[in-house]
Amino acid sequence: MYVAVKGGERAIENAHRLLAHERRGDCDVPELSLAQISGQLSLGVDRIMTEGSLYDRELAALALKQARGDMIEAIFLIRAFRATLPRFGATEPVDTGQMRVRRRISSTFKDIPGGQILGPTFDYTHRLLDPRLAEGSEPEAPATAEASAATMPRVTDILGRDGLIEPSPQVDADSAVGDLTREPLSFPADRDLRLQNLARADEGFLLALGYSTQRGYGRSHPFAGEIRLGEVEVEFMAEDVGFAVPLGAVTLTECQMVNQFKGSATEAPCFTRGYGLAFGQSERKTMSMALVDRSLRARELGEEIIAPAQDEEFVMSHSDNVQATGFVEHLKLPHYVDFQSELGLLRKLRKEFSEAATDTAAPMQEAAE
Amino acid sequence: MTTVAELPAGFADKVLSAQATFRSVMDAMARPGSVQRVTAGSGVPGAMMRGAAAIALTLFDHDTPVWLDPLMSGTPDVGKWLKFHTGAPVIADSSICSFALVGDARALPALDRFALGSNEYPDRSTTVILQVESLTQGTAFELRGPGIDGTAVLRATLQPADLFDRLAVNASLFPRGIDLVLVADDAVVAIPRTTRLAAKGD
Amino acid sequence: MNAPVYNFAYLDEQTKRMIRRAILKAIAIPGYQVPFASREMPMPYGWGTGGVQVTAAILGPADVLKVIDQGSDDTTNAISIRKFFARTAGVATTTATADATVIQTRHRIPEAPLHGGQVLVYQVPIPEPLRFLEPRETETRRMHALGEYGLMHVKLYEDIARFGHIATSYAYPVKVNARYVMDPSPTPKFDNPKMDNCPALQLFGAGREKRIYAIPPYTSVVSLDFEDHPFTRYRFDAPCALCGADDSYLDEIVTDDQGSRMFVCSDTDYCENRQAQGHRGSESAAPHKERPHG
Repeated sequence: MYVAVKGGERAIENAHRLLAHERRGDCDVPELSLAQISGQLSLGVDRIMTEGSLYDRELAALALKQARGDMIEAIFLIRAFRATLPRFGATEPVDTGQMRVRRRISSTFKDIPGGQILGPTFDYTHRLLDPRLAEGSEPEAPATAEASAATMPRVTDILGRDGLIEPSPQVDADSAVGDLTREPLSFPADRDLRLQNLARADEGFLLALGYSTQRGYGRSHPFAGEIRLGEVEVEFMAEDVGFAVPLGAVTLTECQMVNQFKGSATEAPCFTRGYGLAFGQSERKTMSMALVDRSLRARELGEEIIAPAQDEEFVMSHSDNVQATGFVEHLKLPHYVDFQSELGLLRKLRKEFSEAATDTAAPMQEAAE
Repeated sequence: MTTVAELPAGFADKVLSAQATFRSVMDAMARPGSVQRVTAGSGVPGAMMRGAAAIALTLFDHDTPVWLDPLMSGTPDVGKWLKFHTGAPVIADSSICSFALVGDARALPALDRFALGSNEYPDRSTTVILQVESLTQGTAFELRGPGIDGTAVLRATLQPADLFDRLAVNASLFPRGIDLVLVADDAVVAIPRTTRLAAKGD
Repeated sequence: MNAPVYNFAYLDEQTKRMIRRAILKAIAIPGYQVPFASREMPMPYGWGTGGVQVTAAILGPADVLKVIDQGSDDTTNAISIRKFFARTAGVATTTATADATVIQTRHRIPEAPLHGGQVLVYQVPIPEPLRFLEPRETETRRMHALGEYGLMHVKLYEDIARFGHIATSYAYPVKVNARYVMDPSPTPKFDNPKMDNCPALQLFGAGREKRIYAIPPYTSVVSLDFEDHPFTRYRFDAPCALCGADDSYLDEIVTDDQGSRMFVCSDTDYCENRQAQGHRGSESAAPHKERPHG
């Protein structure tokens, strides 16, 4: 005899206990510490901070551990925590021109003031699996030299001095910066909201979109004007004391793309900008972001919108991996009420179809006889 | 000058008082003409009624520009109290306010001076909080519309005398329009933009 | 480490205020989708975050909460959401429809008539009824502004031309208060008539899509149809195998791999009540007993 299923609560508890057990893995193997994750899986932690939009290495490492290495699950954990945090205000804009640079490259000039600095990069490594890492070994101490006192102007600033690139859009310092986590988004969206959306966007989604622009779906002729990685100071304007208070330093990666120029009868031609910024060392993300930022400026620059990467409703509505994974995975939830309704309709349509077929088939059978 | 310490208090229990007050206002909005009571206690600055103060503490914040009528803005405590307890900016331009707080109902400005929303975003409209004399005694207003099973009768003593004639503009404006919350002491009645006056008696 | 501390009903007060304001505008403009700054909740988007935010914004200590998914109080997601509120708000919970003051639902409207002291909160995945006809928000917003719903009628009529019937069996579009076309969430169309002139307040929350909308009590809700193809409800033509009900929406249970089926009420509370009152179906000779846990 059928009895409606009960006991779902116990099933959920047991599933979570089993999950905790599987997460720990073999207990004879030492447990991962957050310091190990933060220090040795640091690019994963950087991505979680960027897409989780919360700068906290320790929490990001915890999220990665809790999520068993699933990046999107970890980003989700960070986002859900972030949503409950009180807001004290917005910091002053960070000045990446004053960055303590650890890596800085430009593909537009052979040499630039301050020089090209390769820094810690996978670039030019041969992608050969390294058995020494499996055994565990002490790496060589990094090479050191006297820090250069030379300033490192941004390449876009150098181009900007001669008017070769459009000025970076200046906004009224008093106007509030949009925040799509606090205000419902409406279209068309301004660039501040677009950049916020892209900064939080899934790296893979942006990578594919950026790639599509290179292959001709909204081509923008990009050059990597500059990519820099390093630490910048964050300051908060405290109304009570009347001056900006330093909060500390964050590690950022910035990418400034230099793109196809524009011009008109009234305006001299100049290069245009695409911008990418992310927490930690997130080069692929910032480059993809800069490509997509530039293509989303199509409306503003009077370009025809013909490709997915230029379509802000399409890009912004689908870029968020926490939203996307929730909705894709919700198909796991029971849908049997709707399915039953569809079944009923389909059975009815099939019955009518076969009745109609019998009606038309009958005279033919007679003829055959 | 009133110092912050001298201002009337806000809710004693911010979380639960706001919840209870919201439910009263929600029920009022969902059942136009029905009289709901605000039970949560708070300090009340001069010129404001208990119900209006509780609604302000419940719904106002940094994101809701508030317009005050001359009676309210003429009472220095009201602006300061609102600023301190809710953080809501008090603005002079009624056409962009989220809430309007009208203490002297006779001086209610023409409704088109408030935000009516757009056809695309009709929700971007002013909710007018109007203090009136009584919501239990006075003229009988027979009301119709969503939220009302047939008709509802509101007995009220209120100004301006032509209030419901003015609200008739909501019919032609819809989905744009003005949503009204009437307050008399601790009694609250809502007249959303969908409510129509069916008849008026004594 | 920044250890988390959570507020009553999880959401912070600023968020609740924002949602409460959206709810009031939603009630004032029946069927219109009010944009709101949906927060990231501790459960995935698409799993009821909109409904959860609406419930969290209205819930108080005196409320009695019921949560159903597919009509049942015992589906895993319903249990998970019920536990969430029992833990964060400490509210009383129930499975009895009549005893609840707030009912959060996914995909069903309870069979028992709702009363005036109740709020029904729907979880909504895609709030825009025109979305699958026109994917652009800018366009659908314009259509709602103008009340221009010809496209929807064309779609329904194309179904009739192709299948002989309107081929929408759930999330069947309705017109609210003779103005806005609204998505009732993916409830089977069987439930549509229950929305019309309902004594309870109906609130709809779409978290991922960031929209809240409402049907006030006693409001006209009409399922879209044509004179020559009027709206019809659908239920499998059989009594419930457990309680014998012939007026309830049924789940189909596959009992073996030989094509055997049985049909039972999708609303478990309704079914259990009827059995408690002595109603019996073909498969329920003995009084219904709950299977012991564990």
